[in-house]
Amino acid sequence: MEQLAQLVNANDRLVWRGRFVDTTFLVEVGEVSWLVSISAGRITSVTRGPFVMPAWTFALRASRETWEQFWLANPRPGFHDLFALVKRRALRIEGNLHPFMSNLLYFKDVMAVLRPRVEAR
Amino acid sequence: MSARFEPVTGRYLRLDLLGKPHRLYLEEAGEGIPLLCLHTAGADTRQYRAVLNEPRILKDFRVIAFDLPWHGKSSPPAGWQNADYQLTSRDYLDIVMTVAHALQLERPVAMGCSIGGRIALHLALEYPEHFGAIIGLQAGAHVDPYYDLGWLHRPDVHGGEVCAGIVSGLIGPRSPEAQRWETLWHYMQGGPGVFKGDLHFYTKDGDIRARVEEIDTARCPLYLLSGEYDYSCTPEDTRDLARRIKGTQAVIMEGLGHFPMSEDPGRFLSYLLPVLDRIRGARNGDLKQG
Repeated sequence: MEQLAQLVNANDRLVWRGRFVDTTFLVEVGEVSWLVSISAGRITSVTRGPFVMPAWTFALRASRETWEQFWLANPRPGFHDLFALVKRRALRIEGNLHPFMSNLLYFKDVMAVLRPRVEAR
Repeated sequence: MSARFEPVTGRYLRLDLLGKPHRLYLEEAGEGIPLLCLHTAGADTRQYRAVLNEPRILKDFRVIAFDLPWHGKSSPPAGWQNADYQLTSRDYLDIVMTVAHALQLERPVAMGCSIGGRIALHLALEYPEHFGAIIGLQAGAHVDPYYDLGWLHRPDVHGGEVCAGIVSGLIGPRSPEAQRWETLWHYMQGGPGVFKGDLHFYTKDGDIRARVEEIDTARCPLYLLSGEYDYSCTPEDTRDLARRIKGTQAVIMEGLGHFPMSEDPGRFLSYLLPVLDRIRGARNGDLKQG
């Protein structure tokens, strides 16, 4: 997750796709939480928890094992997409989903950008 | 690249469907055994572009694909603005049977994907004597909704972008980029609420779990082809269906997802061609015996 900002911001087309996104969302990787802030599609900060009073628009919560499988270069079927995780109840998405759903292709690629050798789709 | 025409012809068919006049767009190519292709929810006939262009198919099959009303270049019926679009099993069956009858297709092979695969199961159950064989692609008996379908049709979320976002993960991750994005483009072009209206059939009205054992493959052979990365109709769903319908032949297609004919046509054809060979062989055998 520490590399998220660098990898997203280096991808001009991905930043463009998220040009209307201004939000902070939470990513839960097992016991560890992260707050990710975005302005005009660029990630402005990635902060590691624990947090006392975190404020976020929506949260993506999954176990460490799930995210590790998701972030493999060639994830197995069922681990290859956020909605594949949702379908299997391995990922919970909660909060105000409007920014997430109205920029779904953007957020899917933001989370997939941590895969080794992942190519921009 | 020099300009060339594909062997595909597109035409509009005027006919009554569900008691209303319709203008239906269809494409066809090839000669021989009719092969009627049914697209997925929220998409259109372009998904079958590779099948409609494949010489190894066109030499023996007359491939026909049509856009369902509301989809692609088929218009919704007059007055559409006054009601929500919701596809039901009964309407879908009527549409397919009316089109097949209007085109005077003699025992066509029906091949459908996703909602098309689901209706293929309904066809196998209700009208086996009308079809030479049925091929279900990503054909499950039922899918529970796993997200709020309301997101697919609301003015503050771009319908094309959200529909493409929803289905993007259903494409096999190693599908060719050009074919992946062509497939997503079709989803980006769907009319407001059309994908959602199709999913009414897919997630609710079209549930055929209680009746699949009644499908008699002796009356109409049934082939199931499913992609391994599809989490909507999963390989396990397909294997379960194959266990419950005696005589079904099921194959899990490696590397493919929910839109095999569109997301990676070359790989898909390597699975489809042997099935069509068997269908053609059986049909020729029938003719010789007859």
